[in-house]
Parts: sequence; C-alpha cells; structure tokens
Amino acid sequence: MLGYTITQWLFGILSFLAIMFGLMVVFSRNPVNSVLYLVMTFFCIAGHYLLLNAQFLAIVHIVVYAGAIMVLFLFVIMLMNLNEDTEPQRTWLSKIIAAVAGGLMLFVMVGSLKGAGDMGLQQYGNAQIGFVKNLGAVLFKDFLFPFEIASVLLLAAMVGAIMIGKKEAGES
Amino acid sequence: MGSTNTPTDYLPIVLMFIVALGFVVTTMVASHMLGPKRKTKIKLDSFECGIESHGNARLPFSIKYFLVAILFVLFDVEVIFMYPWAVNYKELGIVGVIEVFSFIALLLVGFYYMLAKKAVQWED
Repeated sequence: MLGYTITQWLFGILSFLAIMFGLMVVFSRNPVNSVLYLVMTFFCIAGHYLLLNAQFLAIVHIVVYAGAIMVLFLFVIMLMNLNEDTEPQRTWLSKIIAAVAGGLMLFVMVGSLKGAGDMGLQQYGNAQIGFVKNLGAVLFKDFLFPFEIASVLLLAAMVGAIMIGKKEAGES
Repeated sequence: MGSTNTPTDYLPIVLMFIVALGFVVTTMVASHMLGPKRKTKIKLDSFECGIESHGNARLPFSIKYFLVAILFVLFDVEVIFMYPWAVNYKELGIVGVIEVFSFIALLLVGFYYMLAKKAVQWED
C-alpha cells in the first residue's frame, strides 16, 4: 500500500492517535476528560510496544498504567475541591511565566533531538527479549536480586500508604 | 512458541477490539436515532433518588478510597510479576517456585500489616 509495509502503516496510525490524544489531554478543560484521554494515549503506546516486540511491556502498560494508575489519577482529581470559586487565579504574570518556561522546554528538547539523527541506532542483544517467556527466563535467573528487592520496595510503599492514609486510634 | 511470536499474532485481538468498539458505537448511535424523544422540563431535571438536588457534585472525596486504590495498584504489580513466572514455570522448576514464594512472602507481610492496621475497614 503506497510503498509502505503494514507495520509502517500501524506505526503511523498509532503515532497519530497517540499525539492526538496527548494533545487532547492538554487542551481539554475538564480534568476527568484529560485522564480519560491519557488512558487512550497509553493504549496507543502499548500498541507501539507490541510493534517493538516488547509484549510483556505492552501488557504491563495496559494493566498497571491504563488500569490502575489512571484510577489513582481519577481519585486524586476527586479528592481535590474543584469548585469554580476555589480554582486558582490565572494572572497575566503566571501565564507569561508558563509560556517562557514551556518555550525553554521546547528549546531544550529540539536542541537535544537535533543530533539524534546521526546516533546510528542499532539493535543490541536479542530482538525477542521482550517476549514474556524470554523475559521471564532472564528475570528469574540474571536479575533475581532486583526482582526480590522489588518486593521490599512494594512492601515499603504499602506500609507508607497505610501510615499516611490511615487514621490512628487516638487521632482525631 | 518463542520465535514465532510477532506483532501480527495480535491481529485477532485488534479485530476483537474493533468489533467490540463498533458494536458499542453502532448500538448507541442506532438507539439515539431510532428511539423517540419526548423532552419535558421535568424529565431533564437532575434529581437524587427522587429528592430535589441541592449543592453541586464537586465535593472532595474521602481519602479512604485512595488508600484502597493504592493498595490495589501494589498488589496489581505483584501479580504482573507472576505472569512471566507462569509462562516459564516448567523450565524454572523448584528454584522458580522458591524465588516467587519468597517474593510473595514479603508482600504477605504487607498484607498482614494491612489487615492488622484495619486499613480497608470502613469505620469513621
């Protein structure tokens, strides 16, 4: 089709959708809508992972990010007081500062990506390392220690969340 | 398995997504077009279980929901790690069982801490 392979077509469509939903996240006025567009962006990025043969990453991206983290985002939005009268005032000064900061960010990104063309991207290692089976074989042999440490990290996060979020018996 | 895995293997899933989305969109559009619409002032009023509404819905939530959600995320990440183990179960053998059980044991400590602190109990 027009000299492109199916993979290239899929890449193009997914990229277009990802960028479009990403822009919608920024431009929608309602924060809940922004979160829902972010979920769509995550689905598109999961599609990119599939095209890159990183299937485990794609599943994790959908289950953990689109499924769980976005629920957290929604809850955070609901935890806040979003009445019209409590919205922060946007003065001209803050708008100008935001524009300058955003412009500088763009400048840095364009500057750092300018030399990216001659980086000579090449494939390192095994192209099929992203498959669940191959990844599991590596994870449970070579990266066993980081894997076990991850459980300590999760435990610490769990205890921390309970400590912060839970009222103690005597606390008012 | 292994070397035959390509992105095109996911074509059935993509098709399923398209069919599911298409069904939802078609039914919603069709019911919107075909159904009769009799709008009156009373019908379009917002109400809460028959009681007239007062105030607005933009009220801050309780933090308890957030605690439940964050615990869900943590156990979600735990389950994700069992997925590559399940695929490699036979190759890893008893060593894999010990590895993953020690991983789960540490998280069970957190689970018991959660129960002991009554983190998901709904008292005020």
